[in-house]
Amino acid sequence: MGAIFNAQQIVNGLQVGSIYALIALGYTMVYGIVRLINFAHGDFYMLGAYAAYGAFFAFNALFVGKTGLMAFVVLIASMAAGGVIALLANRLAYKPLRYKPKLSSLITAIGVSMFLEYFLSALPAVGPSYRSFPDILPRVNINLGNAVISNYVIIDIVIAAVLMVGLTLLIKKTTLGKAMRAVSQDKDAARLMGIDIEKVIAFTFLIGGSFAGAAGLLAGMTYPRIVPYMGIQPGLKAFIAAVLGGIGNIPGAVLGAYIMGLAETFASAYNSLIGEGIAFAILIIVLLVRPRGLLGEKIADKI
Amino acid sequence: MKRLSLILVLILVAASIVTAQDIKVGGVGPVTGEAATFGVSTKNGIMLAAEEWNAKGGLFNNRKVRIIFEDDKGDPAEGATVYTKLIQQDNVVAIIGTVMSKVTLAGAPIAQAAGIPMISPTSTNERVTMVGDYIYRACFIDPFQGTVGANFAFRDLGARKAAALFDIGNDYTKGLAENFRAQFLRLGGQVVAFEGHPAGATDFKAQLTKILAGKPDVLYVSDYYNDVGLIAKQARELGFKGPMVGGDGWDSPDLVKIGGTAVENGFFTNHYAAADPRPIVQEFVKKYTAKFGAEPDALATLAYDAANIMFDAIKRAGSTKGSAIRDALKTTNLNVVSGQVTFDANRNPIKSAVIIEMKAGKQVYKTTVNP
Repeated sequence: MGAIFNAQQIVNGLQVGSIYALIALGYTMVYGIVRLINFAHGDFYMLGAYAAYGAFFAFNALFVGKTGLMAFVVLIASMAAGGVIALLANRLAYKPLRYKPKLSSLITAIGVSMFLEYFLSALPAVGPSYRSFPDILPRVNINLGNAVISNYVIIDIVIAAVLMVGLTLLIKKTTLGKAMRAVSQDKDAARLMGIDIEKVIAFTFLIGGSFAGAAGLLAGMTYPRIVPYMGIQPGLKAFIAAVLGGIGNIPGAVLGAYIMGLAETFASAYNSLIGEGIAFAILIIVLLVRPRGLLGEKIADKI
Repeated sequence: MKRLSLILVLILVAASIVTAQDIKVGGVGPVTGEAATFGVSTKNGIMLAAEEWNAKGGLFNNRKVRIIFEDDKGDPAEGATVYTKLIQQDNVVAIIGTVMSKVTLAGAPIAQAAGIPMISPTSTNERVTMVGDYIYRACFIDPFQGTVGANFAFRDLGARKAAALFDIGNDYTKGLAENFRAQFLRLGGQVVAFEGHPAGATDFKAQLTKILAGKPDVLYVSDYYNDVGLIAKQARELGFKGPMVGGDGWDSPDLVKIGGTAVENGFFTNHYAAADPRPIVQEFVKKYTAKFGAEPDALATLAYDAANIMFDAIKRAGSTKGSAIRDALKTTNLNVVSGQVTFDANRNPIKSAVIIEMKAGKQVYKTTVNP
């Protein structure tokens, strides 16, 4: 059992979990506010990785020797790309369907996802092949005796934590956050109170998309190869994490993501041939016992 | 009118006498489509071989070889069409092709039914030559690489404890890993971990942590280069310093781009190495580079070898009859660029593999391992 449940495997699981968490936050926010499962969310993550890649090569010459500043610029580029594309997707694809049957938006989300993947593959500047992601920061391994942590793992976990805390503060303490909560509870009542719901929804997409973009950068740095289809699998896993934690619930998404990351790691270590199957079996069991997810609120059926 | 048709008949007869001098051989490869560079290399290799034979006076009785090359676009349906066209319209006596196993599997039954011998330069799928007794190939099949990798790890690297990591969704990587394990155990070694990962995975740390707990001397990674790069990086991050061994899926410039210095102390089995000092290799590399402006890759080399094996068989048969060429192929014993080739009962070549080492970000020829 020593090779399966040990400090190193916990570190491995937390790292996987932090990337899922950043993606899951966007899923859960959008669902909480517009009740839309935005399947294109994984592609905002991919766009974040490509934006970081582009920004690195565009500005690398300007920041020679200033790796910290460079990393910051790249982070902003990835978040901006994820956020702006999410905003555009909302404006062009989801808004016109806002009051149409839910299924139309869902299918459109799948369409947006495929469009982004294939459009980028067709662009000569991006292309369908793998690209190797540059080492933006030097890699340092820290030996803790019974576990090795790379500085990338720490960066992943810290950036994920900072963004999550920031988001929680935004939702709990600001007027905008209050408006977001109001829209998620009752759109019509919120509108009657003078809240511009479209503005709130747009803002939600912007934040969710920018978080996914940041996750893309972290994934690119940690697993240094990027491809237009890289968002599909993490997107699905993060969606499952959001459901596991209780979709629409922000701490739930983070909790679900870390559970997914750890479960996947332990399961793969226990038996790598059926590893992922075990992780998904856990999900099914949790949902059977607690269909609203771990932290999901019990919502009375709306009439 | 009568005179006109007589003249026409005469012209046709004359034309057929002139062309009868040339022996028509079909070449097939995906010159366009998803594997376009494979097709271009294949065509180059075949054309170079044909040119050399013709410069030496042809195949037999001063009859030169004429290659009719068709593009299969990497598509099985297209492959079937061009095989039929070559056989029925162009009346080729033999076919050299094609590259991708799925396309070769579409073309081979057509050649077999028509009694036209064919040799695929690079289709590694085991089923290809099982189509029938007219179907040969010039490359070794997948399981062989695992065996060679194990021999190299045990004998040359002196490893006694090995671990393997492979893609559970890919028969190629799984087959290599299974054959590596079987041979390593046969040699008396110990396999401390045998772990798979799902297709498309980017995080391999769970498996690697478990693998490294068994303290292996060598890690066998049979994935393709883009996964190998990530695996190597993560294995080094977790503190693995030993050698890594893999198959020809490593053969790409992107291996170093993704894996960086982590792939140092990495070795892989391949069909051929441009730096192999054997004279036949050096002469081929020189001629190819002069003609096409680039060093030949494994595809060009195997196409060149496949063409030479086929031409040699036609020469020894001294005939353009399919069955005669087939019988000559069976007794092939030829020194080609990728090694000394003979065929086993399943028409797969028995030949050596080379080991390439990743050193300072470059592929360096290490050694040749015999079967």
